[in-house]
Amino acid sequence: MVDAFSLLLLCQLAGTVISQAAGLPIPGAVLGLVLLLVVLIIRRGPSPALHSTASGLLKNLGLLFVPAGVGVVNELHVLRDNALAIAVAIPVSTILGLVVTGWVMQFMARGEA
Amino acid sequence: MFHVWVYLQTSPLLGLCATLLAWQGACWLDGKVGHKAWSNPVILSIVALTALLLLTHTSYRSYFAGGRYIQFLLGPATVALAVPMYANLQTMKRNWLPILASVTAGSLVASLSAMTIAQWLGAPREVVISMGPKSVTTPIAMAIAQNLGGQPSLAAVFVLLTGVIGTIVAMIVFAAARIVDWRARGLAAGTAAHGLATARMLSINQTAGAFGGLALGLNGLLTSIFVPLLVRWLHF
Repeated sequence: MVDAFSLLLLCQLAGTVISQAAGLPIPGAVLGLVLLLVVLIIRRGPSPALHSTASGLLKNLGLLFVPAGVGVVNELHVLRDNALAIAVAIPVSTILGLVVTGWVMQFMARGEA
Repeated sequence: MFHVWVYLQTSPLLGLCATLLAWQGACWLDGKVGHKAWSNPVILSIVALTALLLLTHTSYRSYFAGGRYIQFLLGPATVALAVPMYANLQTMKRNWLPILASVTAGSLVASLSAMTIAQWLGAPREVVISMGPKSVTTPIAMAIAQNLGGQPSLAAVFVLLTGVIGTIVAMIVFAAARIVDWRARGLAAGTAAHGLATARMLSINQTAGAFGGLALGLNGLLTSIFVPLLVRWLHF
């Protein structure tokens, strides 16, 4: 469990170092994801420990969103001042995103399952 | 008693325990009512904790002294997404072109339309920028917003709103737009409304869930490349 967690943190650290050193706009954790994927391809799959640590973290992913979300307490006035823009932009863009992604995939991948 | 309260306000314990208890209570309630759209544990916990802070006149700063220990785990959790992605590697390889094309198209449309509409309706730059990465998972969205001069906590709120709306409308939109392929449905949910909609798809169909997980990882990567470019080129 400790070695699996260390691997996750080391990938994030390496990703952050690369992102900062190269001045990339990509967050360190995302590069860390790519690095771990490369490690998994080389090693032909996760160890049982990595598998259980990763699924434990991902099963409670929602919890990890909570502290940032509580930050809304400092933004209540911004939400109130921009209520119309937010109430239109978020639903419309979300529906457009769903439709465009779904249509392109359905059209390009038709016929084969 | 008062000095105990004053002491606790400066220690991370209170924020940490409050977050964990709120989460467990929200999960219990969500299970009790049968996983309704309104009973999303993330939203319930945030509402409960926000109300608690307002009622007790506690600042977000002193809450976050504890909250940040939980938030820190978002980094390793993002890296951990590589594990389910690896599990879908074969399916990915077989359909890589349609996947890449559809997620790229959906990602661009979602970010661009959100920022454009918000700007049209008079939102200030800080709000417009924070809306760009709203379709990806919180840690990525917050990092992108921060890098571009947006407000990370605002980005987190937009990500949540997007996830909740996406979860509620997804199946209705698929029916109306005649999107019947489960692979396409999963990709669309993961691209437009990240983990919250993906979790919902996973509960309906395994294939859709796997493609949703793939889309949310891929879109995280694409969004962190595209949104900074869109902001720079289109002068948001």
